Amino acid sequence: MKLRRTMMFVPGNNPGMLINAGIYGADTIIFDLEDSVAISEKDAARHLVYNAMKSIKYPCEVAVRINHISTPFGYKDLETILPVKPDLIRLPKAETAADIEEIDVIITAAEIKHGFASGSIKMMAAIETARGVRNAYEIAAASPRMVAIAIGGEDFLADLQTSRTKDGKEFHSARGQLILAAREAGIHAIDTVFGDVSNEEDFIAETIRIKEMGFDGKSVVNPRQINIVHQIYMPTTKEVEHAERVIAAYKESLDRKSGVVSLNGKMIDVPVVKRAERALAYANAAGRNNRRANL
Amino acid sequence: MLMNIQPSQAGTVESNDILIILNPAETGSGIKIDLTSPVLKKYGSQIKIVIQEVLNGQGIVDAHVSANDRGALDCTIRARMMTAIDRAKLGEEVQG
Repeated sequence: MKLRRTMMFVPGNNPGMLINAGIYGADTIIFDLEDSVAISEKDAARHLVYNAMKSIKYPCEVAVRINHISTPFGYKDLETILPVKPDLIRLPKAETAADIEEIDVIITAAEIKHGFASGSIKMMAAIETARGVRNAYEIAAASPRMVAIAIGGEDFLADLQTSRTKDGKEFHSARGQLILAAREAGIHAIDTVFGDVSNEEDFIAETIRIKEMGFDGKSVVNPRQINIVHQIYMPTTKEVEHAERVIAAYKESLDRKSGVVSLNGKMIDVPVVKRAERALAYANAAGRNNRRANL
Repeated sequence: MLMNIQPSQAGTVESNDILIILNPAETGSGIKIDLTSPVLKKYGSQIKIVIQEVLNGQGIVDAHVSANDRGALDCTIRARMMTAIDRAKLGEEVQG
């Protein structure tokens, strides 16, 4: 099970940050060619990200956030970056399925040209407008390459004509719709960044809230936020032990070819097994479950 | 030089970066590299090799490069050189 608890943005025109991006333990690093790069430096960021990816072996999933294809930079970003085979292309400001389909065609052509396995470059999209939220499912299901949708914070708030509140009520509706769309499409839902790095208390509260809503992870802007998110996503020892018992009982019932599974008198069905697998995947990723259950 | 270039610049003097200033030179004058670096003694020749390789790879055989290195890795040097060359090429849209 692929985890995306943390997706860390790394400014594409900063060599020091690009080189060290892999050492902090984020599940995914996102090399950014978009908002963190000045318009006059778009060409420089492309060359830096290309060369860093070509020569550095990163120990985690590597995504590249391109500029939107409606800008003068988006196509050039894809042309430069696709030959070094990023794991993921992240499209900002996705509003329709057509946005995804157009990039899918470009990626498909690049995979053929460079001899990459078909479908090996995945996609995700950030939804940053009311229109995007309305089309969230269509965006999420627009291509088999799609593995996640994320909510983009500040642009969304501007579109909504509101601002940040302590308890995040401004995101409530969009987060809910994003989760539903992602689950229906069978892909990950990733929450927005929390930019006030010094405000750990509210960052923790927000991360707990979005985990409880069902988000698979959170975008982060600073390495200090990574461990906090991973801690919050770590199952308790009790949850891990219960999950192991569920999986063991399920396997035993499969061996016995028994249709009904029960544990301590409670029926175990597929959703319970899936929840247990998810808990163990998080535990394994965090190193808590030393027995490394075979998932 | 094999191609017409104009003066250009790429990179910064931030840590881990390198500032490249690329200037055209007379035909037949070859590549001249002025390098300042905190690791000049140990890695100066290697940095110059990388700069030379990128220029040659782009068909530039006459140029003057002023490089202010701040501990850049080879991949960063290559990237900054490519940006400087793109920007130096005449008649091309290079900033997009």
